[in-house]
Amino acid sequence: MKLTKNKETLMHFLFLLSACVSIFAVALICVFLFASGIPAIAKIGFLKFVSGLTWKPSNDIYGIFPMILGSLYVTFGAIIIGVPVGILTSIFMARFCPEKLYKFLKPTIDLLAGIPSVVYGFFGLMVIVPFVRNTFGGSGTSLLSASIVLGIMILPTIIGVSESALRAVPESYYEGSLALGATHERSVFFSVVPAAKSGIIAGVILGIGRAVGETMAVIMVAGNQAIIPQGILKGVRTLTANIVLEMGYAAELHREALIATAVVLFVFILIINLTFSLVKRRSKI
Amino acid sequence: MKNKKSKIQSLMLRVAVYLSASLTVGILLALVIYILIKGVPNISWNLFSIEYSSENVSLFPALVNTIRMTMISLLIAVPIGIFSAIYLVEYAKRGNKIVSVIRITAETLSGIPSIVYGLFGFLLFVITLGLGYSLIAGALTLATMVLPVIMRTTEEALLSVPDSYREGSLGLGAGKLRTIFKVVLPSAIPGILAGIILSIGRIVGETAALIYTAGTVAQIPSSLLGSGRTLSVHLYALWTEGLNTKQSYATAVVLLMIVIGLNTLSASVAKNLGKGKI
Repeated sequence: MKLTKNKETLMHFLFLLSACVSIFAVALICVFLFASGIPAIAKIGFLKFVSGLTWKPSNDIYGIFPMILGSLYVTFGAIIIGVPVGILTSIFMARFCPEKLYKFLKPTIDLLAGIPSVVYGFFGLMVIVPFVRNTFGGSGTSLLSASIVLGIMILPTIIGVSESALRAVPESYYEGSLALGATHERSVFFSVVPAAKSGIIAGVILGIGRAVGETMAVIMVAGNQAIIPQGILKGVRTLTANIVLEMGYAAELHREALIATAVVLFVFILIINLTFSLVKRRSKI
Repeated sequence: MKNKKSKIQSLMLRVAVYLSASLTVGILLALVIYILIKGVPNISWNLFSIEYSSENVSLFPALVNTIRMTMISLLIAVPIGIFSAIYLVEYAKRGNKIVSVIRITAETLSGIPSIVYGLFGFLLFVITLGLGYSLIAGALTLATMVLPVIMRTTEEALLSVPDSYREGSLGLGAGKLRTIFKVVLPSAIPGILAGIILSIGRIVGETAALIYTAGTVAQIPSSLLGSGRTLSVHLYALWTEGLNTKQSYATAVVLLMIVIGLNTLSASVAKNLGKGKI
């Protein structure tokens, strides 16, 4: 009897310990990133680092403003391309789709979420880059190509979250609108969609988080020049790309500057996630 | 007049919705079909020879490394993830402070981009712990990455087990631990399995977190302390070399097949879950 009791206590403790692993992991990630990144930022100078226009590790000049802008540009492009299609598709899934088609469509969207980012990058490199090159000129590896690839990649995220938001809207909203004489389309767009607004926004924010953090697909199609792009057909380098491209051979301050780049990225992501949680809490999905 | 205008508007909305849905499906089909058409003719026995060399860009070592990487990562993440979920669902009291901290950190973990995991793994496992570029360093990094996925799915699965099961077991005199392992967990298995399959997909598709933890050596390392590239890293490495387009297509096909296979598997598990709904 006593033995079982000991075992119970022991396992209880083990479960608690496991649960604390995620706390521990987040703490470790913060400690390791900040411990190597913050001193570098201090050495370079915070303003010089985040607003410097030149990134020339060989001359010890570390300004990541072009990369910050690059990340913002491609994310913005991805939103323009991905958000309208994503939201409209989720409306289709929730309100227009016949049940038989849904059985096929749902796994399709899941598959879109499961495809590895290198495969997206490879597809972008082989199809979208040549397409951009032949239609609009330039080298093809560009802000536009990266935005298209990212726009596709954030589709499943947006569709998933906003579909469940749309499904959470009480049926009475839709029926009330129909009863007042509105068509099916008008009822969906002017009474169901507005009711699901914060859930849909949460989906978009989550998509933004994905786009900012995406690395491999962007590297393969964006061109990666560390300068502020002068147009949508010019190459662009994101924060994530900056890390992967140079980490392999970086040493000393250069390496620390790359870790500091990750710190900036991490802070961006934390802000985005916090916004997501706040919006999600409001929409209660 | 007004009626006509609203009819046109309705029609336009309908067209927009249908068009977007077709576009989404069209993009996926285009991607899959394109890669299959370009890739399948390039799949040959040579790609599956045991040794990688610059003349014969075999993907076999990468395939073996992918399987090893998946198994080690799961071996680390699955027990911790399931135990965490058990704590959250079965033990933690409502309103417990530590529970909300755990939830917030798990949510944070699932939002961190993979390249940040890669850097973290590089700093902690490769450098500080001195593991070097190795399968084990990569697996530890990936385990941290999929932990929140396993936690969340297991938690949902446990929550869907009705309380009457627990009460029945406890009423028959079983202890709490016995109830959890003999009654609650078995009923939650399909849900947990779905989470594990999802994690496998993440591990197989991961690149950014592995380049600077497991490294990019194209051989099968003899021990877990050796460096080895997985299939996704292989595809990336082929791109950086910029020479072997045919082999890249073939690698993309293999990756795609694995992902489609996993998705089908998880769909069938989910279906069984629906059938055996308690």
